[in-house]
Amino acid sequence: MTVINTIRGIGHRIINAVWRIGVAARFFFLTLLYSGNSFRRFHLIIKELFSSGVMSLIIIIVAGLFVGMVLGLQGYETLKRYGSESALGVMVALGLVRELGPVMAALLFASRAGSAMTAEIGLMKATEQISAMEMMAVNPIARIVAPRFWAGVISMPLLAALFSAVGIFGGYLVGVVQIGVDEGSFWSQMQAAVDFREDILNGVIKSLVFGTVVTLIALFEGFDAPPTAEGVSGATTRTVVTSSLAILMLDFVLTAIMFRGA
Amino acid sequence: MERTTLDLWVGMFVVAGIAALVFLAMKVGNLGTYNVSNTYEVHAYFSNVGGLKPKASIRDAGVLVGRVTAINLDTQRYEANVVMSIDKRYQFPKDTFANILTSGLLGEQYIGLMPGGDTEMLKNGDQIKQTQSAMVLEDLISKFMFSKAAEPAAK
Repeated sequence: MTVINTIRGIGHRIINAVWRIGVAARFFFLTLLYSGNSFRRFHLIIKELFSSGVMSLIIIIVAGLFVGMVLGLQGYETLKRYGSESALGVMVALGLVRELGPVMAALLFASRAGSAMTAEIGLMKATEQISAMEMMAVNPIARIVAPRFWAGVISMPLLAALFSAVGIFGGYLVGVVQIGVDEGSFWSQMQAAVDFREDILNGVIKSLVFGTVVTLIALFEGFDAPPTAEGVSGATTRTVVTSSLAILMLDFVLTAIMFRGA
Repeated sequence: MERTTLDLWVGMFVVAGIAALVFLAMKVGNLGTYNVSNTYEVHAYFSNVGGLKPKASIRDAGVLVGRVTAINLDTQRYEANVVMSIDKRYQFPKDTFANILTSGLLGEQYIGLMPGGDTEMLKNGDQIKQTQSAMVLEDLISKFMFSKAAEPAAK
């Protein structure tokens, strides 16, 4: 009997996962459908941009600076063996613009802003604020979800660009100012190797995708959380875990599409 | 928090983000240094392009004058057809020589142009007739080996 129970358990989990994906997709379409309203009341988006974008600035800038500095240090140690320290700028810039900028910014955003979104909405649900809105004929998706969604989608590319820019500055600090790599070749080789369309725009597209996915997961988990203290805490954890995994897997897929062969 | 200060902060955030993007485009990327619009295209056949890739640089006297836009195989001649876009500021005579060269010993490959003495200049769509293919290390070694083997043995 235990075998049957195990098989039943697996089947139940799979069906549950597929069911949740379906609900999440419907939730996504509803969000897009009702987002016209939130663009007409733009101050709602501004408020959410403040809490998810502006409040994430410090962590993004500090993390970006240190990631760039580590890249500069490690890159120098490796490139020195081949006598090509002047390619340090290329390495730091390509690494940040293509991969680390969008991915790290999205991971930080998921744990800094995504978890907060889930907890906020979950608590709204637990304290029956959402039911109260429905009673007043206010659509909670249009009033609560859509502004947060668009704030996430708008702020993610900006945060990723800031992360990359600050990271390159960090690499410059370590490589040029501290170690003494030639400043001219640092910048000129970087400019020769980094292509605007191929590298920078693809990075922006990546971060737009990550922003959409992370905010969607955070909002859906919050909206779907069981209205208890336990349920909200579980949903917050799931937001961080699911969106981190989604970011890393999607990053592989996007990289395979964008940079294959070129 | 008041709405005006909120707006200010969000505005600063957006401005900082856009400034970072502009910095990436201008200072880190090649948007500031290389203008794509003012170019003309010429093409050339090479029997072997070696490791040449699209977007490789085209240089004359070491100065960057353009980029390779496309490389494809011409099945009529079984030679590589390399399309190059060259900056309009630089005009080259019709009998210019195109060589595939390597920067440094193991560096990336680029096309070096050697202008000839013709009075007529290359126009958009023209073909560079004289080319020299990439140096392939294996060919070089085998040539050396054969010439060594052909030599009468010492003593």
